[in-house]
Amino acid sequence: MSPALAFQNLTLGYDRHPAVHHLQTEIADGSLTAIVGPNGAGKSTLLKGVIGTLAPLEGEVSFGSLNREDIAYLPQQSDIDRSFPISVVDLVSMGLWREIGPFGQLTHRMRHRVATAISSVGLKGLEARPIGSLSGGQMQRTLFARLLLQDARLVLLDEPFTAIDARTMADLIAVIHRWNGEGRTVLAVLHDIEVVREHFPQTMMLARELVDHGPTKTVLTAENQFRARQMCEACAGPPHVCGRSAA
Amino acid sequence: MIWDIIIAPFADFGFMRRALFGCIVISISATPVGVFLMLRRMSLTGDAMAHAILPGAAMGYLVAGLSLGPMTIGGLIAGMTVALLSGFVARVTALREDASLAAFYLISLALGVLIVSTRGSNVDLMHVLFGTVLALDDATLVLLCSIASLSIMILAVLFRPLVMECADPQFLRSVSGLSAVTHFTFLALVVLNLVGGFHALGTLMAVGIMILPAAAAGFWAISIGGLISAAIVIAMLSSLIGLLFSYYYSLPSGPAIILVAGIAYGVSLIFGPKGGLAGRALPRPHFES
Repeated sequence: MSPALAFQNLTLGYDRHPAVHHLQTEIADGSLTAIVGPNGAGKSTLLKGVIGTLAPLEGEVSFGSLNREDIAYLPQQSDIDRSFPISVVDLVSMGLWREIGPFGQLTHRMRHRVATAISSVGLKGLEARPIGSLSGGQMQRTLFARLLLQDARLVLLDEPFTAIDARTMADLIAVIHRWNGEGRTVLAVLHDIEVVREHFPQTMMLARELVDHGPTKTVLTAENQFRARQMCEACAGPPHVCGRSAA
Repeated sequence: MIWDIIIAPFADFGFMRRALFGCIVISISATPVGVFLMLRRMSLTGDAMAHAILPGAAMGYLVAGLSLGPMTIGGLIAGMTVALLSGFVARVTALREDASLAAFYLISLALGVLIVSTRGSNVDLMHVLFGTVLALDDATLVLLCSIASLSIMILAVLFRPLVMECADPQFLRSVSGLSAVTHFTFLALVVLNLVGGFHALGTLMAVGIMILPAAAAGFWAISIGGLISAAIVIAMLSSLIGLLFSYYYSLPSGPAIILVAGIAYGVSLIFGPKGGLAGRALPRPHFES
């Protein structure tokens, strides 16, 4: 089976300083993969490279049969203006953009799907609430409902469970499993190692460079975690041009 | 009796009717744009764009004297140039949009003042800065109506992406390439309405009718539709009352209209049900859940 994503000698960074360095690996189609690693390991940067907001310094991301519209992305810190007067149902409906575009009508069927998405993340009854009145967990549930409607083949989640209570996390993990069960590829940046062990079959460990990638059991070893920490700490010092670059 | 006071000036004088009509058209056209400026926290951008229009209008005046077409086109060109340049610089360099906008509008303003003060008289400067709402001719009214129609139509077409660009710009960028188009079209709407407004109220006061009613509406409504409706009503009432003040007390009409809008803002600030000062001072019992 062809991979959903392939990173070919991918280097991503800011102002010539690499945050992801010569990454070479593949994400299998339909897999459920956690990306782990210390702070500053390049996990969020990698997702930005995948959705294309950050152009590679070197190498490339190749998508197999995926198009850009097949990818849904939940950023770590969303730019959402919480004071903007928009309701839960309107924000969730944005997930239908691919189908309705700027002018398309929201049909009766679509409204029904929006309602289903909202109730499947446990927000039934809060449809008309302005987003400014939601708690952090409710906001995250709202964003998951929007992701549900995007109907994407590849879902990228950047630390989706930060500052989220256990119950909300359990509900959202159930949504992730449902996606995976439907054959979608899910790539999630996570910090909670226990959650990764319990729910994610595949793990990619990053420390700017790839530490290890494979079945979670073989990747999440004490040795790998120690190595990742050391690799991140070794990044300090004066910059010099990387000797591995092609050009 | 009270009706005589309100109706008589408009019944007796054609220039008053024209002034009122022009102001109502501007109210309908400019205040929805002002509401979105406020929601996007760009209220001061309107002010900056108004200053940016000045050299264009002055250039038009230099070429053709005090005439409608050249000054309008000059203003549009100057405003759009500043909007596009600052947006471009913000997107390709590290400088943020507010800083690059400030830089370009200050350059533009200095250029405008230079042109007006070397070639024009003070009377002309006063005309560009403060408008001539009591001398609106047919051509100007047609221009105002055209701008209003165009503006409302574009806003209707742009509404969904604009709301998304305001609420969650990152998401809009991730699902569509319309983010930049939306942003620049919106800035074009701001320029278009300011250029329309400056014939009646002057470049500086034109911002007033755009922003003050929107700011006041924020104390009366929450939803976008509610905000726009409230802002238009406030702008229209301010126009009417301002014109009457200027008629009875021989005040310059542009500032009179904006000052009435300012009073409306003050009243809303105190008595508005959505976060007004009176509501804070008199807390009501909270709900069970």
